[in-house]
Amino acid sequence: MNTAVQSRPLTRAARREARLQATAERVARLPLPESAGWLARAREAALDRLSAMGLPERRDEYWRFTDPAPLVAEAAAPADVFQITDEPLVFSGIDRLKLVFVDGVFDPAASDDLAAEGLEICRLAEAGQTDIHWAQDLYGTLEARGHQPVPRPLGALNSAMASDGLLIRATGKVSRPVSLIYSRKDPDADTSLHHVIRVEPGAEMTLLENGPVAARYSVVTEASIGAGGTLHHVRAQGRDHGRSGITHFYAQLAEEAVLKSFTLSANGRVLRNEAVIWLDGKGGSAHVAGAAMGDGAFHHDDTVFVTHGAPGCESRQVFKKVLRNGAVGVFQGKILVEQPAQLTDGYQISQSLLMDERSQFLAKPELEIYADDVKCSHGSTSGEIDDDQLFYLRARGVTEAEATNLLVLAFLSEALEEISREDLAEEIRVRLEGWLGRHRR
Amino acid sequence: MLEIKDLHVKLEEEDKAILKGVSLTVEAGKVHAIMGPNGSGKSTLSYVLSGRDGYEVTEGKALLEGKDLLEMEPEERAAAGLFLAFQYPVEIPGVGNMTFLRTAVNAQRKARGEEEMSSGEFLKAVRAKAKELKIDADMLKRPVNVGFSGGEKKRNEILQMAILEPRMCILDETDSGLDVDAMKLVSQGVNALRDAGRAFLVITHYQRLLDHIRPDVVHIMADGRIVKSGGPELALEVEKNGYADILAEVSA
Ligand SMILES: Nc1ncnc2c1ncn2[C@@H]1O[C@H](COP(=O)(O)OP(=O)(O)OP(=O)(O)O)[C@@H](O)[C@H]1O
Ligand SMILES: [Mg+2]
Repeated sequence: MNTAVQSRPLTRAARREARLQATAERVARLPLPESAGWLARAREAALDRLSAMGLPERRDEYWRFTDPAPLVAEAAAPADVFQITDEPLVFSGIDRLKLVFVDGVFDPAASDDLAAEGLEICRLAEAGQTDIHWAQDLYGTLEARGHQPVPRPLGALNSAMASDGLLIRATGKVSRPVSLIYSRKDPDADTSLHHVIRVEPGAEMTLLENGPVAARYSVVTEASIGAGGTLHHVRAQGRDHGRSGITHFYAQLAEEAVLKSFTLSANGRVLRNEAVIWLDGKGGSAHVAGAAMGDGAFHHDDTVFVTHGAPGCESRQVFKKVLRNGAVGVFQGKILVEQPAQLTDGYQISQSLLMDERSQFLAKPELEIYADDVKCSHGSTSGEIDDDQLFYLRARGVTEAEATNLLVLAFLSEALEEISREDLAEEIRVRLEGWLGRHRR
Repeated sequence: MLEIKDLHVKLEEEDKAILKGVSLTVEAGKVHAIMGPNGSGKSTLSYVLSGRDGYEVTEGKALLEGKDLLEMEPEERAAAGLFLAFQYPVEIPGVGNMTFLRTAVNAQRKARGEEEMSSGEFLKAVRAKAKELKIDADMLKRPVNVGFSGGEKKRNEILQMAILEPRMCILDETDSGLDVDAMKLVSQGVNALRDAGRAFLVITHYQRLLDHIRPDVVHIMADGRIVKSGGPELALEVEKNGYADILAEVSA
């Protein structure tokens, strides 16, 4: 009997030992997808990274607000497939290149031809053997870079395990969006997707993503934006209630490069969206924004890390969450301004609108600044619908429900403004109005 | 049009009586003015009539064209034809002025079982009224009252009134904060709406507004009651002598 020993708290070193041991056992059992060439090597390297840091645990500082257990557990919880029948699928009004995944597997028959003007697109599952110089030196590279200063083991797990995904290269200004459509059939699917996006200097593209991917999913996107290049990214994560997922969106920006990324999330058991951005060249601009609507058993986490590594860059983080019936929202956001990054303009806002007392918002906004000539601001608030505004609207004849919706949309508008194309913003607005219409008190 | 009978109101949160038996009848086609010292309950009366939370009616009633106002939700009162131009118009960041106006117009029409206004019709109406009130296009595009000056907010209230065409208009100190020219514009806006089927209750501290909007009846409110009513000459008396004489005469 050694109960006395067991009940004593473990030391830090012992805890770390236990974690690495458990991770090693898990790694040994992982069914790595078959691959060859550079991809096989990248997977091995990712596994080594994972083994060195271990899988995340609730007590980790970076997982204090979100329990990683459902994302880490060996078996994924099933999630009913949610059929959207009450509104057109998001982006259906947009002329776009459609690339369809079903339960995390690329479906060429349902997709448009991969050959498109100004683009090279290649499927990850078929890429290992071929020499794709523009993608193979990126795959796993940004994920590896992203472990400093905070380890993101689930990113490494994805690089090792991702069974499918797309490698996309933009060589010119491409106006027609590339649209990744995730659909589900299998209530049990557990999937990892990994995309690589390379925007060459001066090139421009728009990446759309919609749908819930799988019952449980991990999606990593590694984007490298060359000098003067632009990447627009708009993502809507579907409405399936039972699913759990984690995404990592890594982006590095060269001189004068531009990134605009917006994510709409509604429903979902656990959903964590990490964005890791590096402004590496001077004059770059990175905007990351999100609107999340949570009702009931909903846990939504935005974890954002923006590093200003070069002078004269601008970054914005705008995250808004509407929470009701006990939903939980998390925001962890950081702006790191390194010493060379003079004349940085950094902005971060995270706000929640709590529709009742059971819902909660947990926020950890952070600034870390090593340059002396910078302009950085951050703020985080939690509020309710303003009674005076509500009364003013009602006194003009607007019903309480409609007035509430107007105020919720007003609350979200700063995030929606980060969508650069009006037609895409309108697509998102329609989904928000739909959500509000379905969730009247 | 509007019939208020022995209205007693206290605060919901604390045991403080604000209105202590207000009785007042405004007939269709008429303009009544209410004057009275600060804190006498004028705004409270306007809020209670329009249905704001936080007040409890302990006695009395208020009828709009015979219908019990106090039983209705604020939006129902608006659809029934009641309009309050706020003493302190509320800023609503993120809601465009035009969106707000159109939503309000159509919500009221819907509640009355009327057809929605087409966007062309609506735009035309707003542009025309805005021009009369010298509200420029830029102000229409901005979020509701955000960054508006005090006087701009008041003009925006009158614009809403002109578009919504209510039957019973309560104006709470719409003149305060207005420059001389704006006061004329606002008064013209009000006078343009005067007709046999519409009534006004104008709360003000100054005779000057009543030079432009000639009232039929002037009431003096003090400590939660109407203490004296009379013709336009009552306002002139207040302007000249303040409230002291009137209050002394009433309590005597
Ligand atoms: N919500 C509230 N909480 C506390 N006191 C209140 C509240 N609402 C009104 N009062 C009080 O009731 C009284 C009447 O206020 P009201 O705003 O109606 O006065 P008024 O006649 O409009 O004054 P003014 O001429 O200054 O606008 C004041 O003493 C005010 O402080
Ligand atoms: Mg007042």
